[in-house]
Amino acid sequence: MLKQKLQDVLNEPGCTTNQAKSTQDRRKGCSAKALVPGAAAGGCAFDGAKVALQPIADAAHLVHGPIACEGNSWDSRHAASSGPRLYRTGLTTDLQELDIIHGGEKKLFRAIGEVIGRFNPPAVFVYQTCVPALIGDDLVKVCGLAQARFGTPVIPVNAPGFVGTKNLGNKLGGEALLDYVIGTREPEHTTPTDINVLGEYNVAGELWQVTPLFERLGIRLLASITGDGRYHDVCCAHRARVNMMVCSQALINLARKMEERWGIPYFEGSFYGIGDTSEALTTIARLLIERGAPADLLTRTEALIAEEEARAWTRLARYRPALEGKRVLLYTGGVKSWSVISALREMGMIVIGTSVRKSTETDKVRARELLGPDAKLFDQIPAREMYRMLQAGDADILISGGRTQFTALKARVPWLDINQERHHAYAGYDGMVEMVRQIHQELTNPIWEQVRRPAPWEDGGEGGLRRPGALPLDPTGANGPGPRSLEAGSGHG
Amino acid sequence: MAEIIEHPRKAAAINPLKTSGPLGAALAFLGLDACQPLFHGSQGCTAFALVLMVRHFREAIPLQTTAMNEISTILGGAEHVEQAIANIHQRARPRVIGLCTTGLTETRGEDMVGDLKLMKARHPEWHDLSVVFAPTPDYIGGFQDGWAIAVQAMVETLVPENDPGLSVRGATAGAQVNLLAGSHLTPGDLEVLRETVESFGLTPVILPDLSGSLDGHVPDRYIPHTLGGTRLEEIRTMGRSVHTLALGEHMRGAAEALEARTGVAFTLFDHLIGLAANDRLVALLAELSGRPVPAMLRRRRSQLVDAMLDGHFPFAGQRAAIAAEPDLLLALSSLLAGLGCTVPITVTTAASPVLSRVPAGRVIIGDLDDLERAAGGCTLLVTHAQGAGIAKRLGIPLFRAGFPLFDRLGAAHRVTVGYRGSRDLIFEIGNIFLDHRSEPLPGHHPHHEEDDDDRISSQAAAG
Ligand code: SF4
Repeated sequence: MLKQKLQDVLNEPGCTTNQAKSTQDRRKGCSAKALVPGAAAGGCAFDGAKVALQPIADAAHLVHGPIACEGNSWDSRHAASSGPRLYRTGLTTDLQELDIIHGGEKKLFRAIGEVIGRFNPPAVFVYQTCVPALIGDDLVKVCGLAQARFGTPVIPVNAPGFVGTKNLGNKLGGEALLDYVIGTREPEHTTPTDINVLGEYNVAGELWQVTPLFERLGIRLLASITGDGRYHDVCCAHRARVNMMVCSQALINLARKMEERWGIPYFEGSFYGIGDTSEALTTIARLLIERGAPADLLTRTEALIAEEEARAWTRLARYRPALEGKRVLLYTGGVKSWSVISALREMGMIVIGTSVRKSTETDKVRARELLGPDAKLFDQIPAREMYRMLQAGDADILISGGRTQFTALKARVPWLDINQERHHAYAGYDGMVEMVRQIHQELTNPIWEQVRRPAPWEDGGEGGLRRPGALPLDPTGANGPGPRSLEAGSGHG
Repeated sequence: MAEIIEHPRKAAAINPLKTSGPLGAALAFLGLDACQPLFHGSQGCTAFALVLMVRHFREAIPLQTTAMNEISTILGGAEHVEQAIANIHQRARPRVIGLCTTGLTETRGEDMVGDLKLMKARHPEWHDLSVVFAPTPDYIGGFQDGWAIAVQAMVETLVPENDPGLSVRGATAGAQVNLLAGSHLTPGDLEVLRETVESFGLTPVILPDLSGSLDGHVPDRYIPHTLGGTRLEEIRTMGRSVHTLALGEHMRGAAEALEARTGVAFTLFDHLIGLAANDRLVALLAELSGRPVPAMLRRRRSQLVDAMLDGHFPFAGQRAAIAAEPDLLLALSSLLAGLGCTVPITVTTAASPVLSRVPAGRVIIGDLDDLERAAGGCTLLVTHAQGAGIAKRLGIPLFRAGFPLFDRLGAAHRVTVGYRGSRDLIFEIGNIFLDHRSEPLPGHHPHHEEDDDDRISSQAAAG
């Protein structure tokens, strides 16, 4: 059954990246390359499924497996909740040697009972992991029995780590919602402006940078899937008029199948960047009107966009003098880099390179157009090479995920976190201003000059500690001002 | 004597205290110089372990995976192991690869020792590479246990056996002492221990030595494996040391293995927090070196005594709930109980011979939820960073100890061992008590009668 599901998900016709691949590549899953022993990095399918579902804040999330899967990772994702805290409770069957020998099904059944008895949640999501999958524990069966016995929905999430990457796990998480959750309940009432947002996990509270915009337009977020989500809302998601899918292709299968089953049109959009946010709001309005919302929604949306954009640009203008000409190395996995690139360019910053490892050929052409001929498009930058680039002063700041944080810091180069574990919210108009404010704050921090200065007894000129940024690297000044003028520009923020 | 309670009938762990064995083993390997730890399992296990270590140390951590998938698991993973070692050897050129199995590959079951032999024969170019194999199934024990298995494997793989006919003891490096470091010691602790041993004119070999590799240095070039840590050359001389200090009960296995191979006898220290433990250490070092105790240590001892005199006031009558791995639990509970604080409830991760010596009312082998539910009436919570939420819910302060400490700067540098470390620990915890002293209110006495009862029973337990 899991095999069939995997085939199905890996063949996702709605995914453009996928359709551009050969049959062989497609079978390998969504990571661009097969995993190389001794040279692989990244989370497993279980991790991906948990990322996608755990933000359902009032549900219990129980991990069936030995301690490695949950003990090393619980409560490490920063999806925020406006109320319930149960989703942050680490729950696992913590399988022991005897459980492996005798099979873990009985223990899982009892564990589900204990969790329901203790927390009385609206639902329990049960995650399969590698070891019980290998010994043949039948997750679907146990969840079915437990649901019948305890009378609480028990949802099997069949994404053991070894079936593939985190991205595949996201999709399998979406499948669990389709198979067991969405459509199992009817909303109390519906409105012509009901929408769902798919694939936004409310990391650092980003959803809340967007919901006020919806509210001002009278758009109702029927179900957030899954950031700050509530189980019963997700059950009712099939009554929305429009689905917006954010965060690249993570839940594309969910969007497409909801269209198939319940006729909900979907579009892919982003709340990263000013232009993208406006575009997303316009598309929502347009699609809602097509499905019966009042026609003035579009004019009201346009008015709101005009107002918000103007406000954002005014706020951003303050940072431009300090940021203009600064060189950025942008190293992210996702498609969200587009919107970030536009914002950085609006600040007059120069993107010297970006990663395109999850992008299609079309995306690469688009990147080339956006960045100009001098920027480099990287597939994967080996840590050694990235360290060399930063050490050589090729970039004034690295914007990346946590994995490369210390490559930048050890090279004494400013760094900004834009991955899932970050603490700042960058969505919507306010989020983009916040991101630029953070970049400014990082670039103008007084530590850089201090930590780059060699100790007085060391020969700073040779080999040792000559640092990028200690001098303007480009004698023509074309790359913008050196650190001195950075400080001058740091008076506000 | 503490009452030890296991939870055989509890099926769901709630807010686990435990982290995994392979993670502990990988961290131990990070204490070797030019080493690359490698998990034999699916890539997700590596990603989680890596993230947790990065968050704790705030350092890039070299950790690789054999990237097993469903099919390779069923067919057997030797090929993946071979490929992984070949790739790492070629790319990073480490001198040691620390190979740790995981739950997945242990469930399938493989003859890794035999497979490794065959691989080495097939790859003459690996002649300068040592592969240390640590079998660490996730479903047995936790972090501390994985660490212990890895250190014992290091000894058995890297320390040459002494020729039984040749008595080398004291012959060459008469002034050398081995320190087998347990997982409850920070890089900062090890730095202090090194200085203490050196202050007697002795040369320490610390295995594993995180103070060399994870002390937060800023190297001036890119290094793909560990930089600093115990060097192979040092490990090979461990048979020539005059004595071994095993630091932590979980280092007993490694110490016995070392003795069996080399004849070097060992002394075991459960922990090095507090007056008695450090007196024992210093007396032993004086004996081994034949030198008097340096004035610096005498002075520090006196400072610790003074800290205890000043500090026992805020400690007395307090009630602490502690959750930690066995050896750290014994260390912390002994310190607190030794200053007049009651320890009604403790939680730990796995069975251990030290548990019967924990001066507490109860020791539960369980999770942080067990701690939360039993900690009512306590005035201090002691556990790792995952206890923050519990402390908040209980409305009592948290003193963070153990691994992981991802919400603290300088977790690697905190020193709690030695006279000075113990002194500072007393100040740190004592200050928490002082900060949270309850204001006297009319009709309400801050001291409950049952406090005294607890203290009587806990003193009985300690004695
Ligand atoms: S790879 Fe498998 S065993 Fe490892 S964390 Fe992921 S689900 Fe758990």
